[in-house]
Amino acid sequence: MVTDTFAEGIETEITVMELNLWYGAKQALKDISVDIPKNSITAFIGPSGCGKSTFLRCFNRMNDLIKSCRVEGDVLVGEDNIYESNVDVVELRKRVGMVFQKPNPFPMSIYENIAYGPRIHGEKNKEKLNSIVEETLKAAALWDEVSDQLDSPALDLSGGQQQRLCIARTLAVKPEIILLDEPCSALDPISTSKIEDLLMELKKDYTIVIVTHNMQQAARVSDYTAYFLLGELTEFGETRQIFEMPREKSTEDYITGRFG
Amino acid sequence: MFSPKTSERIAFAFLTLAIAIVVAFVFTIIFYITSNGIGAISTDFLTQGPKNRMTEGGIFPAIVGTVFLIIGSMAVALPLGILAAIYLNEYAEEGRIVWIIQMAINNLAGTPSVVFGLFGLAMFVKYMGFGASILAASLTLALVVLPVIIRASEEAMATVPPGLREASLALGVTRWQTVRKIVLPIALPGMVTGAILSVGRVAGETAPILLTGAAYFLPRLPTAISDQFMALPYHLFVLATSGTNIAATRPIQYGTALVLLLIVLGVNFVAVMIRRHYKKKMRW
Amino acid sequence: MLKSTRSKEFAIESLLLAVSAVTVVILILISLFLFGEGAALFKDIPFLDFLTGKNWYPTSEPPIFGLLPLLLGTLLVTAGAIIIAVPLGIASAVFISEIAPPKVAEILKPIIEILAGVPSVVYGFFGLVVLIPRLQQLLDLPTGQTALAGSIMLGIMALPTIISISEDAISAVPDFLKEGSLALGATRWQTIYRVTVPAALSGISAAVMLGMGRAIGETMTVMMVTGNAAVIPGFPGGIFAPVKTMTATIALEMGEVPQGSEHYHALFAIGAVLFIITLLINLIAEAVKRKYRFKVGS
Repeated sequence: MVTDTFAEGIETEITVMELNLWYGAKQALKDISVDIPKNSITAFIGPSGCGKSTFLRCFNRMNDLIKSCRVEGDVLVGEDNIYESNVDVVELRKRVGMVFQKPNPFPMSIYENIAYGPRIHGEKNKEKLNSIVEETLKAAALWDEVSDQLDSPALDLSGGQQQRLCIARTLAVKPEIILLDEPCSALDPISTSKIEDLLMELKKDYTIVIVTHNMQQAARVSDYTAYFLLGELTEFGETRQIFEMPREKSTEDYITGRFG
Repeated sequence: MFSPKTSERIAFAFLTLAIAIVVAFVFTIIFYITSNGIGAISTDFLTQGPKNRMTEGGIFPAIVGTVFLIIGSMAVALPLGILAAIYLNEYAEEGRIVWIIQMAINNLAGTPSVVFGLFGLAMFVKYMGFGASILAASLTLALVVLPVIIRASEEAMATVPPGLREASLALGVTRWQTVRKIVLPIALPGMVTGAILSVGRVAGETAPILLTGAAYFLPRLPTAISDQFMALPYHLFVLATSGTNIAATRPIQYGTALVLLLIVLGVNFVAVMIRRHYKKKMRW
Repeated sequence: MLKSTRSKEFAIESLLLAVSAVTVVILILISLFLFGEGAALFKDIPFLDFLTGKNWYPTSEPPIFGLLPLLLGTLLVTAGAIIIAVPLGIASAVFISEIAPPKVAEILKPIIEILAGVPSVVYGFFGLVVLIPRLQQLLDLPTGQTALAGSIMLGIMALPTIISISEDAISAVPDFLKEGSLALGATRWQTIYRVTVPAALSGISAAVMLGMGRAIGETMTVMMVTGNAAVIPGFPGGIFAPVKTMTATIALEMGEVPQGSEHYHALFAIGAVLFIITLLINLIAEAVKRKYRFKVGS
């Protein structure tokens, strides 16, 4: 496995060193080491069950919610090893936001969905909250569509709008990294392309990691691509290189659709 | 033998007959109590105490006693039940401790109410020295409804989609805040339904209070939680089986039964309406 | 700051666990008090004499505390209740989940919930004033207060438990099983009794167990309609004679006994036996239900 394929001067945001993960006795991730570059989009691809979502959930320790899950190895976010015992996962998750496969807005108004995070983290100033809501909705390219109905229920929005609202909700907590777990799998092509445009815009300010089963999506939006197979990181590199000249036979098979 | 089509017809006829019998039970019971009890109910009946050695007058003290029992037992059982349900549904992982707690709840739910009465007598009345009192009876009833409240609250919380919890936790929100701000508000209607149903249960339970403080007759209303009390279900039992003139007081008995039935079924009706109202509003 | 949110979360989780554990503590305390107060009886009377004694004369001189008439009274009344409630209950459950149009089922379910909501003392009162006189007249009995009256009332009371749990089990049978049968040209009824009900059998058994538990533990109703005569019931004639159940004995006699007397401890001993019986029934029902969950899951 070669990981140091970045061009000169590219900063690393997440460093993973020899990560192993088990569900009970079953090993789900094997010896994964990778550097995820800052202010870029990295795509995780691979057949279902290859461990790409599990791996993504290591970056904000969502796997902690499963008690049978055991992780060994190191993950550095910036300078901090997030698997050290004194790390507060709550603080970690403020820095590392996550958007899920199925849009999951809270059953509250659009405004309240965005204000939820900042409020819980101590923001009480109404003016401040107003501006956070406006800024993040603008950043999520949703403001123009919903600015006159901020108090209506978030569940009245279309699926694609809901997913952008979930992205805005994540931005409101001011993370450094955004993890997206197949964010477009439940959406139509038009909504999907809106979200893809949005991600291209957001990478200026955030480091983005996206799990996708849609190869075209990975090719379209990502700068780097990691291919997983059976819990192992088979290949990682610049997206162009992975798609045009994969080093591994299994990567090529998957990308060209000969797999499974 | 019959053809398959014919035997199906016969079988379905029997099944229809069975459900008809069951429904007939329901209406017969409600009809008898209502038609015989309605005449006894008046403002005086509801606001006056029993008179002339309980052969005349009303049931006001019994209503008051039942209300006290509801308040007392709910004050104990609701917080305990809801906190336990939060733990079981939101925090606990499959494991031996949780298994033991779940078994305990199942067994409490299946324990006969008279056994709770015995326990209340031995523990609260005697051992803790509360005496036969509102306090002892309320605590006993709280134990009777505790499993009901836990199960209803757990069920209500289980309807909250897991994705909402994940979304909240992923925003760097603690688990307790997630419970308070996301899970409880959504689960609230279901939990209220469970609480109301257990109010109905408390109002109707007789055996536990019989052993822990219900009085045959009291000239005055209770003024402290250490006082004995009259209660609707026990009052009905007393009038119907050991009153001073059982035959002559039948109308009062029917009236008491009707009031009790109205309270319990009214409470259940409210609970069903709340459930229905919020079921319509839920969508994910 | 970081440390404090974590220790606060830990404190909350510990508190919640402690509250949940209260349920276990209560169950243990119930056992301790019942067995403690009950065991005091066996200082004077051998345990086996209590368990197999054929006479319950608590106020004679000397008193005799034999459980058998009460135990058999409970079993007789419960058996009768089950014979009434099981066919009616399962048939109703099948009707609601397999035959009734959804709209009819939505009306039937709350009607059956009403049965579960009626307080036992109201059932007892209804039995006393409506059922007993008719039973006496119809069967030409010296008294209508009989085991049969208890069985009928308890049967009605066990219905909602049996219906709702059976119905859950029956509707949990996956559609593809039923469709598989129907596609082979089986009628709906053949599908119900050859495929659906057998597939739901463990759930239905659990429902019957829990209905039985409800009947055994019921107090006020049996106390008001069974006549409360502590004699070993004959068979089958005992069905038409008064009996006294364990629950009724406790509720009726506890009011009159001096605390700490032999009689007082004997009533606790009955309570302990009752507690063990219902505990066993619950455990069996739970085990049966578990089996059924596994079946549906696979």
